[in-house]
Amino acid sequence: MSADFREKSKIMDSEAMDRTFARLAHEIIEKNKDFEDSLCLIGIRTRGVYVAQRINSHIEKIIGKKIPFGVLDITLYRDDLTLVGPGPIVGKTEIDFDLAGKRVILVDDVLFSGRTIRAAMDELIDFGRPRIIQLAVLIDRGHRELPIRADYVGKNIPTALQDTVEVRLSDIDGQDEVVVLEKV
Amino acid sequence: MVWTRKDLLGLEHLSKEEIKFILSTAESFKEVSKREIKKVPALRGKTVVNLFYEPSTRTRVSFEVAAKRLSADVINISAESSSIKKGEALIDTGKNIQALKADIIILRHNCSGAAVLLAQNVDLSVVNAGDGWHEHPTQALLDIFTLHEKFGRIEGLNISIVGDISHSRVARSNIWGLTKLGAKVTICAPQILIPPAIEEMGVSLTSDLDDALKNADAVNVLRMQFERDEQKAFPSQIEYFKNFGITQDRLKKAKKNILVMHPGPLNRGIEISSEVADGNHSVILEQVTNGIAVRMAVLFLVAQGREKK
Amino acid sequence: MKILIKNGHIIDPANNVDEVRDILVENGKIIKVAKMIKEAAEKTIDASAKLVLPGIVDMHVHLREPGREDKETILTGTKAAAKGGVTSVLAMPNTEPAIDSPEAISLLKAAIAKTNLANVFICAAITKGRMGKELTNILKLKKQGAIAISDDGASVDNRALFLKALKIAKEKKVLVISHCEDKSLSGSGVINLGIMSTRLGLRGISKESEYKRVERDIQLADKVGARLHIAHVSCKESVEIIAKAKKRGLNISAETAPHYFCFIDEDIFGFNTNLKVNPPLRSKDDSLAIKQGLKSGVIDVIASDHAPHTQNEKDIEFDRAEFGAIGLETELSASISQLLEAGLLDWKELVRKLSLNPARILGLDKGTLGVGRDADIVIISADKEWVIKKESIASKSTNSPFIGKKLKGLVEHTICNGEVVYKHE
Repeated sequence: MSADFREKSKIMDSEAMDRTFARLAHEIIEKNKDFEDSLCLIGIRTRGVYVAQRINSHIEKIIGKKIPFGVLDITLYRDDLTLVGPGPIVGKTEIDFDLAGKRVILVDDVLFSGRTIRAAMDELIDFGRPRIIQLAVLIDRGHRELPIRADYVGKNIPTALQDTVEVRLSDIDGQDEVVVLEKV
Repeated sequence: MVWTRKDLLGLEHLSKEEIKFILSTAESFKEVSKREIKKVPALRGKTVVNLFYEPSTRTRVSFEVAAKRLSADVINISAESSSIKKGEALIDTGKNIQALKADIIILRHNCSGAAVLLAQNVDLSVVNAGDGWHEHPTQALLDIFTLHEKFGRIEGLNISIVGDISHSRVARSNIWGLTKLGAKVTICAPQILIPPAIEEMGVSLTSDLDDALKNADAVNVLRMQFERDEQKAFPSQIEYFKNFGITQDRLKKAKKNILVMHPGPLNRGIEISSEVADGNHSVILEQVTNGIAVRMAVLFLVAQGREKK
Repeated sequence: MKILIKNGHIIDPANNVDEVRDILVENGKIIKVAKMIKEAAEKTIDASAKLVLPGIVDMHVHLREPGREDKETILTGTKAAAKGGVTSVLAMPNTEPAIDSPEAISLLKAAIAKTNLANVFICAAITKGRMGKELTNILKLKKQGAIAISDDGASVDNRALFLKALKIAKEKKVLVISHCEDKSLSGSGVINLGIMSTRLGLRGISKESEYKRVERDIQLADKVGARLHIAHVSCKESVEIIAKAKKRGLNISAETAPHYFCFIDEDIFGFNTNLKVNPPLRSKDDSLAIKQGLKSGVIDVIASDHAPHTQNEKDIEFDRAEFGAIGLETELSASISQLLEAGLLDWKELVRKLSLNPARILGLDKGTLGVGRDADIVIISADKEWVIKKESIASKSTNSPFIGKKLKGLVEHTICNGEVVYKHE
């Protein structure tokens, strides 16, 4: 993150996030009742992975076990590589199970333009033919540039286009919180 | 680490960080070749031209597969092509290809420095697939990638390179890459095939094969070509095999888990025995597989580097 | 026309002058050299704060005419010379056809008379076509106007033949200039055999291929008591062999080119073909030995070995590029930057290497600013720095290793035979 941003507001703290992950887990199981055996979670690198892991922990509390889990790196499918900052760093995609016939819950931290999700879907379909793809995000901040919507949303936040929404996770950022940053 | 180069001409001027970056990028690409649909759209709509002044099947096909798995369009121009036969200058050929709005030229040429010359005169990306005796960076990178896969590191490894060092671009690129990453490199060749002042490149020398293999974690076996003048000075192929050929007996005196590498194609019975080539120490075929991942990474990175300019 | 050069600091070792004086020029000759010349002149050049030197006598220049006028002509070559303060050049005979017959010399003289901006002297070939098989008629060549003979570009491999040539040259009082290279050793090499040939993967040229031939040629000259001039010395061993010969009292003179004391093989990173020369740039030690050789006097002359080549012959793969670099326009500044600045030579010594010694070796009454002498004069701003730009090169070819480099010492005026042939704008 560049130094020209200033924290504008804190949207969620650690407890709020945990409650939200729990709710999302419930919604996913509810909506896919009777099909639990074909469910799987695919987290989009980088933060989507940790969000998916949290949700999977809550799923375990509900149905007694975690569902199959995969990691998707969408760098090679982006349509806007030159607009990305330094890098590009291509991470590893790790999906060690067959996607055919599966109900895939794609997970990301923030839904914004929708381009990341578009790239993720293209990549998933190159892997195989899932039965259904649903999208779960912690934050939906609006400003879609493509016709993409989430099935499961942690929180809807109205934001200004120049703002940045940061989902911080203790796994990599030291603490759990969601903040909105504005450009100075 | 930010990748900014539009070309990959050699390993001599790459930093340790840049080499590591290519290798870690290659790791991610290795996974692509394991998928059902071995394709990613990263270079979709880009045109990659294989410009080969020297014949080559393995390197050319490897680059072609890598480019196609990145969804690029691939054109092959060989030395047999009429314009090259008519004596068209390299820079002119390059400019013509540039006029077709191609994005990357993969060049193999018999003159050292050809890739540097081309890169200085065209705006598209140039990837050196071997220029004379000078460098063959992607071969060295895939060699190093293979070592890293097996040992988890390069630093502190003892690597021996055996064969006609003086005429080998594979040797030179490997020496640059390995020494930059902290390996200890020993080269082993008959006196007449050791180039002057090579110790200044940071390697140890020996003409004794057992010496070279004794503490080696891996040995990279170079192809011996008896068509060359200097090599005609060697008594015979049998003599070479006796003194420098990698055989099972020789490996018995080496470390138990020594790896045997070879850039290919093999001359069975000249620099390496069939037994060793097909045996447990050999990672030759893995090198080929890794070559795809490494070349995909290189093509991806130079394309990014060019776009940033 | 009368030209008055006022207030310049004159460096004229031949007449032991190293102070500010005026020079008056008329009808192509220097007619007066004195502290304060009051006479009127059609043209007055204010040389205050500038140095006034005898015009450079470059005894190793390839003008390429006849045959390769695409690379250089007598006109463009002498233009480049004038820009570099060079007023006399010795044109090498490796033209197409070679200067190996009286007819060839006549034709060349006619061409020179039409277009030259500097004095062009002729070096003829030792063997017909420079093929090293049959001797030319040395006496006839001298009578027609050649002042030296050389097969430059090649060495005469046949000992007996070279010995014969030396004998005849001694008798007829013609200078023999030797390009020392044993082709059987240098083969198809393109760069010094050493760390750079190893790093760049290029075929190397050993130093042996040069110094062994220097040894042989000096031996043969000694045998017949002939004098011999060794061209473009590049390595330590050659310097040592020449030093030994001089110590023994042999009449051997030697020259080196600026690229041998300005560059080394390690400067050829990036495969820069403007640094591809023959003999090749050698190692740091060799460059040091060359500088020492100039300081100690073992090397008598600095000559450019000006070798123009077209872009088609240079902007190609290193292996296939032609050997050679242009040097007329830069030799003075390069010598000032590398030798004077480092204190290896003083101004008088520099003038000796560039003007006086070559003139004496060639038997020319030049290289001096004495009264009655030819008005071949160069006026320079010794401290001005300038950057070599490809676009401003006067030679027809642009293969200079100094492109982009900053050099010290700028030629302001060049006067040849009493005419201003160059003025810096």
